[in-house]
Amino acid sequence: MPFTIKVNDNAHSVDVDGDTPLLWVLRDVLGMTGTKFGCGMALCGACTVHVDGIAVRSCITPVDSIGTSAITTIEAIGATAAGAKIQRAWLDREVPQCGYCQSGQIMSASALLASNPRPTDSDIDDAMSGNICRCGTYVRIREAIKQAAQSTGQGG
Amino acid sequence: MMLDRIVSRPAELDQSGSANSLSRRGFLQAGAAAGGGLLLSMRLPFANRDAEAADDFAPNAFVRIERNGQIVLIMPYVEMGQGTYTSIPMLIAEELEVDLQQVQLEHAPPNEKLYANPLLGVQATGNSNAIRAAWQPLRQAGATARTMLVAAAAKRWNVDPASCRAQSGEVSHATSGRRSTYGELAADAARLPVPENVALKRPENFELIGTPAKRLDTPAKVNGTAVYGIDVRPPGMKIATLAQSPVFGGRVKNVNDAAAKAVKGVRQIVRLDDAVAVVADHMGAAKKGLAALKIEWDDGPHAKLDTNAIIGELEKATLNAGAVAQNIGDVEMAMAGAATKVEATYRVPFLAHAPMEPMNCTVHVRKDGCEIWVGSQAVARVQAAAAKAADRPLDKVVVHNHLIGGGFGRRLEADGAIRAVEIAKHVDGPVKVVWTREEDIQHDMYRPVFFDRVSAGLDAKGMPVAWSNRFAGSSILARWLPPAFNNGLDPDTTEGAIDLVYAIPNLHVEYVRVEPPGIPTAFWRSVGPSHNVFVTESFMDELAAAAKQDPVAYRRALLDKSPRAQAVLEIAADKAGWGRPLPGRVGRGISVQHAFATYMAHVAEVEVSKDGAVRVRRVVCAVDCGTVVNPDTVQAQIQSAVIFGITAALHGEITLKDGRVEQTNFDTYQMLRMNEAPEIEVHIVRSSEPPGGMGEAGTSAIVPAVANAIFAATGKRLRKMPVDATALKQPG
Repeated sequence: MPFTIKVNDNAHSVDVDGDTPLLWVLRDVLGMTGTKFGCGMALCGACTVHVDGIAVRSCITPVDSIGTSAITTIEAIGATAAGAKIQRAWLDREVPQCGYCQSGQIMSASALLASNPRPTDSDIDDAMSGNICRCGTYVRIREAIKQAAQSTGQGG
Repeated sequence: MMLDRIVSRPAELDQSGSANSLSRRGFLQAGAAAGGGLLLSMRLPFANRDAEAADDFAPNAFVRIERNGQIVLIMPYVEMGQGTYTSIPMLIAEELEVDLQQVQLEHAPPNEKLYANPLLGVQATGNSNAIRAAWQPLRQAGATARTMLVAAAAKRWNVDPASCRAQSGEVSHATSGRRSTYGELAADAARLPVPENVALKRPENFELIGTPAKRLDTPAKVNGTAVYGIDVRPPGMKIATLAQSPVFGGRVKNVNDAAAKAVKGVRQIVRLDDAVAVVADHMGAAKKGLAALKIEWDDGPHAKLDTNAIIGELEKATLNAGAVAQNIGDVEMAMAGAATKVEATYRVPFLAHAPMEPMNCTVHVRKDGCEIWVGSQAVARVQAAAAKAADRPLDKVVVHNHLIGGGFGRRLEADGAIRAVEIAKHVDGPVKVVWTREEDIQHDMYRPVFFDRVSAGLDAKGMPVAWSNRFAGSSILARWLPPAFNNGLDPDTTEGAIDLVYAIPNLHVEYVRVEPPGIPTAFWRSVGPSHNVFVTESFMDELAAAAKQDPVAYRRALLDKSPRAQAVLEIAADKAGWGRPLPGRVGRGISVQHAFATYMAHVAEVEVSKDGAVRVRRVVCAVDCGTVVNPDTVQAQIQSAVIFGITAALHGEITLKDGRVEQTNFDTYQMLRMNEAPEIEVHIVRSSEPPGGMGEAGTSAIVPAVANAIFAATGKRLRKMPVDATALKQPG
């Protein structure tokens, strides 16, 4: 039975089993490859997207659990105020190295900033410790989140 | 978007331009480029070898100045997060007098002969040597091209070249006010002889080198448009995932695929000798199909293999003589006369690479050829392996290389491409083979285990007069690059165990090659030093403790003949506040390292909880990597390498039981996370020495600093990695 899901304000009909993780619907069915596969078990955060503004791990989110909720991915996060600030700070602080985990890092950080405009170090630990970066960009991620929190403009 | 500046170029290079001139040193050639520009062809010279005779000229890097003024640099190195696609163009832009934005970098197509890495001898990006190899030749090429462009302008205007000035991609003549762009001059310049001697800028005149230039690949990496190997989607592509024999060397005995075939979206089951793949419309269906497969395995000869048995063999091997890697003075005699003797054994575990982008490779096998999409550190190796596996001629195998979602040595190997070709041979159309994280960790090629037997003799004052080290383990180069393995030795396995920075009058180091059965080994970030520096710097700390001396003061006393090492030691100790009091169960540890042509000292500050858990609170690093091309990249690479090393020290261990790798995913093979990441301070020494490697040095250097800090905090000397928290529990 096809499912209709709303991704970045566009409705898509996808004909897959209901238990198919959202990650594969995004990447392989819809061709939106900005969201990454890292572990398949919600252990690394590379696949993080927003469902109604909440950061979720798309690799364990079955497509039939989404219903009419709005999905936002890295491809459209720059259209949100928090997402734009985070992306700007990521550029300014030169956060990415290999870059593969950064879609997920940015999605987690954007969700944090949207719900908590002045996160403390401990807030950052709580929100970001589910996202692994094998290149070890943690120091810069922390700096960039703080910079984004301090920026007042509408971001990049 | 700037990603279009990083272009993969699988097509043949157009070298139709006629070469009209060759510089005397024989590594630089100039001529007309196809389309009328100026083409400079370079051969990056081999390490330890003089430039060969001019008639052997075989260029492996190219600079093309096009008629529209675009500068195109064709280089054999790949970007995997180390910033090389930014720092290499900086070298040419500096001498050519163009803005960094004018340089476009093209990825060289696979061609082992043409693009061999001068320090590795094969086309590969590894061993932290891209900048080291490119430093001199690329600046020389830039200066040569600039000189020729100026000469072309001067000839056209009939003025003295010395009265012309090159800047921002233009030549100008101040007195007449004339100016021409490089693009306008390129065709004329191509007809001029290559100047014999061009002066390179003095370091104090660098305008670009040494500045924190923005990385060119960052924008695409923050908006989701960067394309890694795993992201490719050639038309008609299917997606496959696989199960490989859980025991290395095992075989498929029987497959029941009825349930798998019934999964919606599953198209095909491919059975190989030692693996089964599920081909589907999407990875969700492929994984579901894989879970539904019932596979019986014939485990083969390694069915009972256990890590402890492998380590036992290594330990035994260190009782027999090995190949002498270095001998200075007479260790036996010095040991006999020593006031104190210190002995220890050390060991390090197997480690997986676990790059965030799991192994993957997309292949389309056709009747007359084979097309491959992948992210590889060694693209020519992939091409050769794929040609063999697909049984197609080498020149019919096209490899499209992509950004790499973490290499760390894993993507120097072609096993993933071979596997993908084996599967693709059974599939009509292109197929992307994506490994699950479990397959990625359980079928990695691992940093080898090593066992080390070290001893030292101290004089009456406690200073070392003799140092002996015999260690056993796998030689990766012996497999990967056989000519590099000679007389039982290779330069990688011994780096960090020999040529110590310390003045020790009698030293003897032996290596015993032992290849573990039933588990493949490979390069892992910081390669040989990843094991050796843990041993030598931990043991140096043991000697200081035996001599009842401060670990920094003890090392300082042995570094009189190594001023660069002494300088980084002093800076790291000073900035870390060495010697200042700390609370209970908190300690500082030091390490000093000279590897990858870079000097580095680390001070780690760790806290050990009552239950033995270790947290690294702060790391201070002082680095002298010679001339710094991009200081922001140097800082980033140290931050990265330190996290990578601490991850291994605290969590990293791959073990075998019944021939199977016991770790599966990030729950059992853990990574350091944000809440465990220390503060990291980097202090860079100003230097005009040639640049050293930066991608790996921090990883090997941090591990002993952490172990030494744990000793300072608890009095417990850890002689095997990773850290065993139960051994650090506070008694009572």
